[in-house]
Amino acid sequence: MPEDPIATSKKTVPRVNLRRRVVNGAVTCAAAGSVILVLIPLVAVFGYLVYRGIGSVNWAFLTQTPKPVGEAGGGMANAIAGSAFILLIASVIGVPFGIGAGIYLAEYGRNRFGDVIRFTADVLNGVPSIVIGIVAYGIVVLAQGHFSALAGGVALSLMMIPTISRTTEEMLLLVPNSLREASYGLGISRWRTTLSITLRTATSGVITGVMLAFARVAGETAPLLFTAFGNQYWNFSMEQPTAALPLQIFTYAISPFDEWHRQAWAGALVLIVLIVVSVSAVRIAASRGMLKGAN
Amino acid sequence: MNAEPNTEIGVQVENLNAWFGKTQALQDISMNVAAKHATAIIGPSGCGKSTFVRCLNRMHETVRDARVTGRVRIGELDVYNGTPAVYVRRHVGMVFQKANPFPTMSIYDNVAAGLRLNGFSDRHKLDEIVENSLKMAVLWDEIKGDLRKKSGASLSGGQQQRLCIARALAVEPQVLLMDEPCSALDPISSGKIEDLIFQLKEHYTIVIVTHNMQQAARVAEYTGFFLLGRLIEFDKTEKIFTKPSEKRTEDYITGRFG
Repeated sequence: MPEDPIATSKKTVPRVNLRRRVVNGAVTCAAAGSVILVLIPLVAVFGYLVYRGIGSVNWAFLTQTPKPVGEAGGGMANAIAGSAFILLIASVIGVPFGIGAGIYLAEYGRNRFGDVIRFTADVLNGVPSIVIGIVAYGIVVLAQGHFSALAGGVALSLMMIPTISRTTEEMLLLVPNSLREASYGLGISRWRTTLSITLRTATSGVITGVMLAFARVAGETAPLLFTAFGNQYWNFSMEQPTAALPLQIFTYAISPFDEWHRQAWAGALVLIVLIVVSVSAVRIAASRGMLKGAN
Repeated sequence: MNAEPNTEIGVQVENLNAWFGKTQALQDISMNVAAKHATAIIGPSGCGKSTFVRCLNRMHETVRDARVTGRVRIGELDVYNGTPAVYVRRHVGMVFQKANPFPTMSIYDNVAAGLRLNGFSDRHKLDEIVENSLKMAVLWDEIKGDLRKKSGASLSGGQQQRLCIARALAVEPQVLLMDEPCSALDPISSGKIEDLIFQLKEHYTIVIVTHNMQQAARVAEYTGFFLLGRLIEFDKTEKIFTKPSEKRTEDYITGRFG
């Protein structure tokens, strides 16, 4: 009697399945392992920061200016406010220019000039932040004759612009061309289409890019060293040297005093928490306006 | 190759040539499209059907390196001579093959987009126009509760296409161009769009590109057959499908090629 073909094939099926299952399992494990590997440093850094810093975060730390060496207490309130102030200046300059450049690159820059800008932005992205600080020193501090919050803001905005423009470009290019055509088909002009259709459709991606750039520069120390310079007191003038959290952390961390070391840890913790909070707040606010079923 | 002498001419095309870079996509097309009737454009893929309708509202030139020569008149409007493209497009609505509602806009905003983004801001008038356009596109009853709550992209495929038709109608065009409006839809949704075309042609001149010959036969009074960038035959639909004068038309219709 000839062998039943179905029976024969049945015999081979489990073997194929086994091999497939093994490969599937291995690849899934590798992927999960990578995720854990990436998460370990993140969790370790944050955990250690909480461990060392939480003890010194208290009401005084968040509301008072630094005390002279040797006196206990005091805080980094002026540095927290100063950081917010400098980041506000940086965003006011960097976000419009970054998004504007991104729009140009995506919608109009399909030419040699656009390629030059893209290349420049990519190079600028890789320039060490201390060099950006020197540039801001040259164009703002030397021109004004003194350190200032403005100089710090300009330095940080120079770092934000290439990141924002490149991500904005990518996000706009993801918007299907059919939407632009639909808009042109209604007799809507090109600039109107770009602003009200293309940019609007890409909003959530553009916001992600902006927040990435924001989070990146919020922790920068080097560009502020000789631009914002730092300050032991409150300052809300664009024209005056201003304290910033990363600067304060840097100064305290290399000091010989234990009390300052503890405050530096607390400052680092506060900085990270503030970045996470502000990025999340913007994301939540942005998703509020979304319609049911959009995207 | 012209419409009946006693019907009004909706779109007059004279010696239209179109290129993509160095490739010529349309060669010397001349035809008179009857006003307030439906005209079907048929032909195999790549024969220039879409390019032809995209030349009628100057969408062709939005493609890089694209070029057009010849003359197109829509009523008083000389499409390629002295009229800004945005102005032409406000008078010539377009419905695309794949429904393309604006995903970040509500259903209402989608329909209102054409007017609003052109600077129209009378709220009451806008409400009225949106409602009328959606009724005309036979979508009103299905979505009137979700007008401002739901995104245009949350509708079903057939509803999205009717939304796009409503959006095109809201700017009150004279001519409606439809580039294979049913090719991505199921038969029931296609049927609804076809019924819609029947109602719309009382008010609008319709040019519809279709791959579906039964559809052309059902909805259009006139049919033009395109092949390799040329208009081979243009006549009453009935004649094209029963006794075409050109051998190539007959071959295509009977399925011998294409």
